[in-house]
Parts: sequence; C-alpha cells; structure tokens
Amino acid sequence: MLKEKAVVMTAEDMERVLNRMAHEILEKNRGLERVVLVGIQRRGVYLASRLREYLHELENVKVPSGVLDITLYRDDLTLLHDQPVVHSTSIPVDVTNSRIVLVDDVLFTGRTIRAALDALMDLGRPDLVQLAVLVDRGHKELPIHADYMGKAVPTSRNEVIEVRVSELDGRDEVVICEMEDA
Amino acid sequence: MEWRHTGVLDIDTWSRSEIEHVLDQASGMEELLDRPIKKVPALRGKLIVNLFFEPSTRTKVSFELAEKLLSADVLNWSASGSSTSKGETLRDTAWTLEAMGADAVVIRHGAVGAAEYLSRKMKKSSVFNAGDGAHAHPTQALLDLYTARKKLGSLENKRVAFIGDVLHSRVVRSGIRGFRAMGAEVTISGPSTLMPLDHGQLGAVYEPDPFAAAANADILYLLRIQKERQEQGMFPSIDEYHRYYGAHDELMERAPQGVMVMHPGPINRGAEIASNIADAPESLILGQVRSGVAVRMALLYVCLGGSHQ
Repeated sequence: MLKEKAVVMTAEDMERVLNRMAHEILEKNRGLERVVLVGIQRRGVYLASRLREYLHELENVKVPSGVLDITLYRDDLTLLHDQPVVHSTSIPVDVTNSRIVLVDDVLFTGRTIRAALDALMDLGRPDLVQLAVLVDRGHKELPIHADYMGKAVPTSRNEVIEVRVSELDGRDEVVICEMEDA
Repeated sequence: MEWRHTGVLDIDTWSRSEIEHVLDQASGMEELLDRPIKKVPALRGKLIVNLFFEPSTRTKVSFELAEKLLSADVLNWSASGSSTSKGETLRDTAWTLEAMGADAVVIRHGAVGAAEYLSRKMKKSSVFNAGDGAHAHPTQALLDLYTARKKLGSLENKRVAFIGDVLHSRVVRSGIRGFRAMGAEVTISGPSTLMPLDHGQLGAVYEPDPFAAAANADILYLLRIQKERQEQGMFPSIDEYHRYYGAHDELMERAPQGVMVMHPGPINRGAEIASNIADAPESLILGQVRSGVAVRMALLYVCLGGSHQ
C-alpha cells in the first residue's frame, strides 16, 4: 500500500521548473540545432512534449521528438511483480549525429537510464546524449547524472516519488508516498 | 498483469486477458523487425533448445529467429542423426538437455501430449509446444489471432470459417479455442472423411458445404491438405478436392466483400488454395509469417523474462 505523504511540486511548480529546464537546454546547446527530445515511456514522453512546447515558445522552432521504450533492455525483469507491456519506440529522425536530450520523470538508481542508453545506441550513434529529469531522488547505483534537473528530493528507500501528468493522471503534480504494509 | 505461465503447452486454459496480454506484447515486438539493429538483450544468457522430431520449416525458423532477436543462445537439436535415432527415449533427452542447462525447450513431435510429457519430466526448463500430433499448435493459434486482430481491429462477433482437413489438423484445434476465447464464432467445413467423429465437441459449428460456410465469413481459414491423405483414400483426387473444398474464385464470390484469407502454410497451390487467391491483397498469409516471429518473441519474453520466479 502506498500512503501519500506530501506534495513536492504543484502544477505551477512543474510549469516553472520545466520552463527553466527548457532555457537550460537552449543555453547548453547554444540553440536547438540537431537537438532531439526523446521521452522515456511513459511519463517521460509527456514531459518531453511539455519541454518541446516551451522551446517552441522561446525559439519558434519545433524540435523533433521521439519516444523510447526500454522494457526489453531492463536488467530487473525478474524482480518486477507486474509484467510491463512493451510499448512502442519511435524516433522520427536519424539519431546518428544528433544531440539527444533524454527525458524521464524520476532519476532513482540510474538503471532505467542505463537501459535507455543501450536502447538508443541500437538505433544509431548520436553525437551526444544529455539527460533531463524532473526529480532526482538519490540512491544512484550507477555513475549517471542529470544534465538538467527539475528538483532534488532526498528520499528514503521505502518512499516512492510519483510524478503525475494531466494526460494520464488527470492533473500535474509530484507527490512523495511511503510504502506501508497493508 | 501478473503472469502465471512458464511455458506454452496449449491455450485451452488461457483466459482472454492472458491472450490479449501476449498479443499486446507482440505488437511492441513487431516494431523491432523494422529496426536497423534487430536485436534486444531481453533474454541474454538464456539457453533455448529447439527440439524438432517432425519436419518443420517455418515454425522452426520463426522460433529460432525470435530467440535470436531476443539475444538468447540457441541450440538446434533435430531428431534425425541424433541420439534419438539411436533409441534414446524422450525422457532421457529431456534430462540430457536439462543437464546441459537449457532454460527452455521448444518441441515439435508427432505424438499427442509429447510437449506436456516433456514438461513433466523437466524440473526447471520451460517447454514451448511447437505442435504435438493432431492435438495442439498454440503458437500458431496466437499468431493467427494477432494477424486477424491487427487487420480487423477486434475479433468480437467476427466469423471464422476453417475449411479442409480438420481431422489431422492441430492448427484448427488450437485455432477454434483461440478465436472463441476472443469472442469470435467459428465454423468448420470439409469432406466428411476428413472430419473427426467428435467434431461436435471442438466448439465449432459444422457446415458440410464450404460455400455455405464461406457465405457469411469474415475470415476464410484454409487448412493444408496433406497429399499422402489421398493415397489413404480420404478424397479421390487433388483436382476434385480443389473444386469442392479449395479456395478459388467461385468460393470467393460466395464470401462477403473484403473477406480475409488465412493459411498456416506451407501452401499447396492448386489444392486447398488457388494461386491467385493466395497472392491476392486480401490474403494474410505472409502477414501471418511476420506475425509469427513477433508473437513467439512475446511468448518467450513473457514466459522466460517475466515475473513468475
């Protein structure tokens, strides 16, 4: 059972943070040339499309964006109780020679990102890959760090960060939950 | 969803949601076939043995390709020229394979129940039935469902007519179960010499006249006619069979507009299906082959990579 403990980000917070991250993407890449946003299924996909909107407002450019499913690249399949369904991967441009910004909701152990990097490399050879996450909750098990981070939220292992997006969950917010025995 | 199967012996006890789970996984897998690098590491380190006691080309190649695309290690063990021809029993073969560390065995055998027997003899390995006698061919049924669902959207209340050698067909036995589980209605048709006596228990309506069976079908599913059946006197000649029970222009004229044609392969042109029908746009036969790889990937993945351990 998950018990909701606190709201970490409201819809307004998310808007401000994503807007700031869009500015940072623009600054670090000195524009948007060859930049491709790639959202990791499933909530990363929606965050990527928000970033794309903000970048469009700033630069009047629609950067290419794609979605990446990492299910078949995971290293923890036997640990998962519920079997994940393989979603689609589609990146409309050649990833070779592009500047990929991977977008995910929560950075935790880093294993999802490791899998995403493998999945991405199977599609081509990007010039560089950057990582954007809305929440970094700590407990990394791999040397993986976010280039763009919405908010650092220190957590304990039995806590869960839930990022909610209006498209899937009816509203935008980030909450911290705690696992408790039913 | 929570997955309870470690292998596939038949789909008789599978729920609709379990079948749909596999079909949903398969559509994610199919995408992989179009990628520049057709390989994912999902089953890396798993050893899969393909154990074929009966000749098979497409099922064997399809399984092998699916295994390789998921990065499993693949061993092909064919009955001819192996220890089986020296008299080794299936049980000893099972134990030998397990001693070698096989995580899964894909078996095709002429005897009904061979896959189920093998799975009882194996302590740890998963067993996938690639056809046992005239009993079941579950992976064929699932790939047929996948192909049909992709084309028609939903199989709810759709009508499927299986025409041909029902007596010797494992495809039709698994097919009826599968299509009915998905909400479709199934009719069977064919010469009475090639119809089992207990056809009423297969779960399908028997319609002796294939033209009547085709008249309101959404899918015409032709079953392969084995030429040796003619020598056994089951029907007078291939030509006559073709005229009365094969798919040709006259049969297609009786069927509704837009009817889909399916066949498990290999096809006998001019016997159960005319060439122009097999190659027509409404033929899903090559689609079935492609689906076969995706569906077998999905099955291997959900049973071997999944969550049940």
